[in-house]
Amino acid sequence: MAMIDEPLYPIAVLIDELKNEDIQLRLNSIRRLSTIARALGDERTRKELIPFLSENNDDDDEVLLAMAEELGVFIPYVGGVEFANVLLPPLETLCTVEETCVRDKAVESLCRIGAQMREQDLVEYFIPLVKRLAAGEWFTARVSSCGLFHIAYPSAPETLKTELRTIYSQLCQDDMPMVRRSAATNLGKFAATVEAAYLKTDIMSIFEDLTQDDQDSVRLLAVEGCAALGKLLEPQDCVAHILPVIVNFSQDKSWRVRYMVANQLYELCEAVGPEPTRSDLVPAYVRLLRDNEAEVRIAAAGKVTKFCRILSPELAIQHILPCVKELSTDSSQHVRSALASVIMGMAPVLGKDATIEQLLPIFLSLLKDEFPDVRLNIISKLDQVNQVIGIDLLSQSLLPAIVELAEDRHWRVRLAIIEYIPLLASQLGVGFFDDKLGALCMQWLKDKVYSIRDAAANNVKRLAEEFGPEWAMQHIIPQVLDMINNPHYLYRMTILHAISLLAPVMGPEITCSKLLPVVINASKDRVPNIKFNVAKVLQSLIPIVDQSVVEKSIRPCLVELSEDPDVDVRFFATQALQSSDQVMMST
Amino acid sequence: MNGGDEVVAAPVGPPQPLEWKFSQVFGERTAGEEVQEVDIISAIEFDKTGDHLATGDRGGRVVLFERTDTKDHGSSRRDLERTDYPIGRHPEFRYKTEFQSHEPEFDYLKSLEIEEKINKIRWCQTANGALFLLSTNDKTIKFWKVQEKKIKKISCMNLDPLKAVGNGSVASSSNSVCSKSYLANGGCPDKSSNDFSFPPGGIPSLRLPMVTTHETNLMARCRRVYAHAHDYHINSISNNSDGETFISADDLRINLWNLEISSQSFNIVDVKPANMEDLTEVITSAEFHPTHCNTLAYSSSKGSIRLIDLRQSALCDSHAKLFEEQEAPGSRSFFTEIIASISDIKFGQDGRYILSRDYMTLKLWDINMDSGPVSTFQVHEYLRPKLCDLYENDSIFDKFECCLSGDGLRVATGSYSNLFRVFGCAPGTTEATTLEASKNPMRRQVQTPSRPSRSLSSITRVVRRGAENPGVDANGNSFDFTTKLLHLAWHPTEHSIACAAANSLYMYYA
Repeated sequence: MAMIDEPLYPIAVLIDELKNEDIQLRLNSIRRLSTIARALGDERTRKELIPFLSENNDDDDEVLLAMAEELGVFIPYVGGVEFANVLLPPLETLCTVEETCVRDKAVESLCRIGAQMREQDLVEYFIPLVKRLAAGEWFTARVSSCGLFHIAYPSAPETLKTELRTIYSQLCQDDMPMVRRSAATNLGKFAATVEAAYLKTDIMSIFEDLTQDDQDSVRLLAVEGCAALGKLLEPQDCVAHILPVIVNFSQDKSWRVRYMVANQLYELCEAVGPEPTRSDLVPAYVRLLRDNEAEVRIAAAGKVTKFCRILSPELAIQHILPCVKELSTDSSQHVRSALASVIMGMAPVLGKDATIEQLLPIFLSLLKDEFPDVRLNIISKLDQVNQVIGIDLLSQSLLPAIVELAEDRHWRVRLAIIEYIPLLASQLGVGFFDDKLGALCMQWLKDKVYSIRDAAANNVKRLAEEFGPEWAMQHIIPQVLDMINNPHYLYRMTILHAISLLAPVMGPEITCSKLLPVVINASKDRVPNIKFNVAKVLQSLIPIVDQSVVEKSIRPCLVELSEDPDVDVRFFATQALQSSDQVMMST
Repeated sequence: MNGGDEVVAAPVGPPQPLEWKFSQVFGERTAGEEVQEVDIISAIEFDKTGDHLATGDRGGRVVLFERTDTKDHGSSRRDLERTDYPIGRHPEFRYKTEFQSHEPEFDYLKSLEIEEKINKIRWCQTANGALFLLSTNDKTIKFWKVQEKKIKKISCMNLDPLKAVGNGSVASSSNSVCSKSYLANGGCPDKSSNDFSFPPGGIPSLRLPMVTTHETNLMARCRRVYAHAHDYHINSISNNSDGETFISADDLRINLWNLEISSQSFNIVDVKPANMEDLTEVITSAEFHPTHCNTLAYSSSKGSIRLIDLRQSALCDSHAKLFEEQEAPGSRSFFTEIIASISDIKFGQDGRYILSRDYMTLKLWDINMDSGPVSTFQVHEYLRPKLCDLYENDSIFDKFECCLSGDGLRVATGSYSNLFRVFGCAPGTTEATTLEASKNPMRRQVQTPSRPSRSLSSITRVVRRGAENPGVDANGNSFDFTTKLLHLAWHPTEHSIACAAANSLYMYYA
């Protein structure tokens, strides 16, 4: 065993642990591979470390994943770009392992290295690597190869380019669906590097094969290729080659393919341009909005606003709006919910008249939906509505919906609406709020569910921030403080919590005059939980109020609590006293 | 939905009945040896190439066997995929490895014990010489990778191994502490970060560990666990031809999974009624079509098989095709519904035919003909008078599996007394063999009396045959309901059957 100088001890351990039995230690060493490389110097890194890594690649996936990632940024440690090719062999092996995430990372690192390599090195080392992987015995190598063509192709000489295109088209016809899926996924990237002349011939024929694949999962990915290819082609070619495919896909037998079209249609429209969109894609979109599979309608409904934006208002009103009307009474709640989350965005597109005439009834019916998510989705987009139709019209129908949600029997629904209350308050203004919603906010403080009471306390604080201390003094504080006399200790605890949140917002004056006496009074509570919460609240009040107040009322109260028979009360009281000592010392 | 190859078009006359011979037995019982419950085999499955065989048992173990009579393990994957073995040799297997797939568990929320028994095994696509398979018990599916791992010996460490062991953990976690003060020849020690700084040429005294490989060892690693998706007992799992998804079926639901994602699955069939009191039918078995990624079949306790098209809808509650046989009027009895329940379905390799097993019969269905089965084979008609006894000792609920030969010309299924039956299903054949899972499979073979009149069968399209001579019972062979042959599998390319008799795995060839 070699003798190691004391100073090199840590780095020596790091190197030895590349092969430790404990995976955590191996992982730690691999993560610091750059340190090891610097300790060895570039030359030995190239000649020893990299071959060492290539040979020892049957490790656990976590270690391999880390290795794949580290090697991607390893060029500086092997002596710069002219030696980048030495990094290819270990990554090539990692491209063939069974675990997808390791392969993906290895491909990513290879792309990163390939992008920096010199042209002659790419031809000499990188392109042969791609060809080897593409001819790999196991499907894993062939899957990985698909993601490397876009790096290899640009620097290849003419004959090699032809060969690479041929190889890619073979990968698209591989007998393993996994390889075809990978080829379909990467087609867009590869196509972007191919010359326009071959794009129309070679790439389009590859693409057409993929669109007719008998595996649904391959066709799904070809849909994404439509948009990518469409952007590369001249508009007229796009209309001639891509448009028919999109229209076909929108009527595919498989709902999953149609779902992908519905999700991608907006990008596809951008690819083909406005005119064909109007003539061909609007009918396709209308079909998707009326699809008999709810999942497809959900995807289509979620895009309705985006789609309308690229159409003229007339077309939107004529073709899309009738479908939207149907969707608002769709049998699937998820479709209605998706529609509700975007429908308000249509208002600016349609203009005020059409909105009031056509959109408002839909909007109102969704606001009365039996499914709470639908109503919540509408309320969350209230700002957009407000801009178009004004608050008066809105408030008539809005209030009943809010009240109903506020009393929903599912506490998560109540929680969701509470979280919108500050937003509503800011949009609707003080006047509206005073009359209608104030009572609700107090009611939530007495909810049966803790999360709701907690959120309600927070809500009270945010309202006070929104409308200012003066308003809060009138409309919130008296009601909140009233509740400290509630017979149930859990509700009294909520009020204590609310006070601790309100105090910083209300400022020292109001805190001392109104809030503090209530807290001090609560220290006489018979329930220990209340008492130690009093201690906690008092601790939080110390930095807010004046030092004299601390001395006069807070400390005596805490001293009393610190002699309480209950151990928890004593604990928190002592803690609060200590923190008040610290505050005093620092001032 | 064309099944592709026309297996029905037999060239000249029906194929000759096969002569079955004993090949191998694993885990043979010695006379008087008591079978341990945990050793009873509960699943058998060949992989796609037929080079590997897996069995699962009630103790949650999976045992792998590999074929030994083909030497081309080194040949390329593409060759392996379409290997045609020379005729004249029969497949022979040897024990490869075994691993504990499932352990007994307890569901604390439902106060239920979850048995470790392996219900089904399915092979997945091999890659890089590693084998992949799915195994399931009642609740949890696991994805296994079995691979040769090199046993490494590490030498030439920088530090004395003994010393390194002692200090290793300390040193690795405290690099920063050591490096701060001691980096003498590194120039300026970097105090703020725990990074080292080194001379440009590196430090020559450091060296990498040497790794020498002595031997390899088979390792099974659980790669993924697909859990908490089934309220009822999982009865089937089946891989999709797309190589990325699979289904799992329980009594009331079928879920679709991606092999790489164990955190979510999609419910694609749900037969649970709103009110459980309205429940009349449960799912008993489900399988994907071998080549059409969007077609899947499932069978029910009422004796029907439904074919569904995944393209139609996300939740496939309405079937594309329904296969069921109208019961003959007047034949109804107390047992009719019980014995109609299908215990297993299998697609033929070309995907055109579905074989189903109910308590008394095997039925072969053409997926292009939903009016009735193409053929019906009586498995153990002599038990019909005894249904009452079988009901009383619960044997009537036994779940027998079935299998088809690779060429689709023959079908096989098990019965009691460790017997299993092989039927020819090409038109015109009367092949109906009874074999016993023992070293002498033909011992119980009873010459089936040749059919008195062939013309009868041409009247009905449904061929009924194989009704066994009722004299068997009278011959003094008392039928043993405890030794039942539930699980068997046909080699995908050759005439070779693997079947389980309690804890023993018997293999036969023809």
